[in-house]
Amino acid sequence: MSQLLQARAAVRKAVRAYFEAEGFLEVETPLRVRNPGQEVHIDAVPSGDRWLVTSPEYHMKRLVAAGHCRIFQMGRAFRAGEKGPHHEPEFTMLEWYRAEPSLDAIARDCERVLEAAGVSIRLERTTVRDLWRKHVGAELEIPDPAPDGWDDGFFQTWLDRIEPHLGNTFVFDWPVPLGALARRKADDPKLVERFELYTGGLELVNAFGELVDPVEQRARFEAEAAVRRARGKAVYPVDERLIEALGRMPPTCGAAMGFDRLVMLATGAKRIQEVVAFPDPEV
Amino acid sequence: MASYDTSDIRKGLKVMMDGSPFVVVEFQFVKPGKGAAFTRTKLRNLLTGAVYDRNFRSGEKFEPANVEMKSMQYLYKEQDDFVFMDTSTYDQVHIPSTTIGEDANFLPENLVVEVLFFHDRAVGVTLPNFIEQAVTETDPGFRGDTATGTNKPAKISTGASVNVPLFINVGDIIKIDTRTGQYLERVGRA
Repeated sequence: MSQLLQARAAVRKAVRAYFEAEGFLEVETPLRVRNPGQEVHIDAVPSGDRWLVTSPEYHMKRLVAAGHCRIFQMGRAFRAGEKGPHHEPEFTMLEWYRAEPSLDAIARDCERVLEAAGVSIRLERTTVRDLWRKHVGAELEIPDPAPDGWDDGFFQTWLDRIEPHLGNTFVFDWPVPLGALARRKADDPKLVERFELYTGGLELVNAFGELVDPVEQRARFEAEAAVRRARGKAVYPVDERLIEALGRMPPTCGAAMGFDRLVMLATGAKRIQEVVAFPDPEV
Repeated sequence: MASYDTSDIRKGLKVMMDGSPFVVVEFQFVKPGKGAAFTRTKLRNLLTGAVYDRNFRSGEKFEPANVEMKSMQYLYKEQDDFVFMDTSTYDQVHIPSTTIGEDANFLPENLVVEVLFFHDRAVGVTLPNFIEQAVTETDPGFRGDTATGTNKPAKISTGASVNVPLFINVGDIIKIDTRTGQYLERVGRA
């Protein structure tokens, strides 16, 4: 255990050194909030009259809107009911934002963070549509707007037919129903500017070209809230300060990396519990 | 019949899928980014032994398989059937040799095995991993030759042939791994 804790601390130090050298400001944002993130499939943990964050995204975007062009944070996030060899209900997320338009800079950050952590793997690039053609043998149909439950069918196929083939690769260009906070692609508006980075067949990073249109963002939040309400899940108040801040945001890209999974890669651990000093039942 | 959902999934759970009974051999929580939680499983078809990967969306429901394992003793062969007796109720069942298949090689009389019933019909037997049987036929051994590496065929009471070391004689009791059909050791004399 002592060796793993040292490896974890070394990765944290290397990641911080990379972002500082790139001119990023390290920030901290609240853990107890009114709107902890409202994606339909993520459930938050209550904390008194508030909720524990499922991601620091909303507050970090407000910092970008306030003029902080490069920020990063390694902090805790909490997701109810997520427990398995690759999930802990309390985990560490490395989240960063760059006020620039292209996701390529974020992809480069990913490569260099892996390098800094001592992980040397070659990363390929593909797209959701290409994977669909290759492994499903069909064109991916994207309804817009998508009916409730469309994503369940998408992910059933994804897990059954596609994910088993993924090694070390960026997967770009996701369907618009799967990127509530991402902007549409100019050349194909059924897709959003989003990539997922897979390493060793496991998701490591999710990145968005951030949606900065307050009107469209409000509409997408309301659509998500309606689905949550229909499914009997907690519905949170829309974060008006975030909506207002989006109007002032420059073109921005952001990413979230599972820090624990990065440590797994750096150490060769097979289960997330091996790289966490106090996995869930021991908390 | 009560149905299961994904929160019931555990190793050994027996479920119906596409009309066949399966047993869960492995399972894992997975959750694609922006997607619902799933349970990734490996399922073994109890009728064919084939293993499949299957991903269940959280909350998905499925039916328990109407299967039951009973300890039964093999009594004797009657034409093409093997006759077994339930060791607790003394009920007898006939199982056709096509269902027993190659397991018949290591199914001596009086052996207690696990019989799988599906909708109250016997569909398969599971032998114990090891059996001990007397050698009924083999060429004479060579005194003093206990070296390994050289083998000869030996027959046991079921008629099956097993490769044994040269020092094994008729009447020796040998231990056999029923999964591989391999000789393991000599355990005594009949």
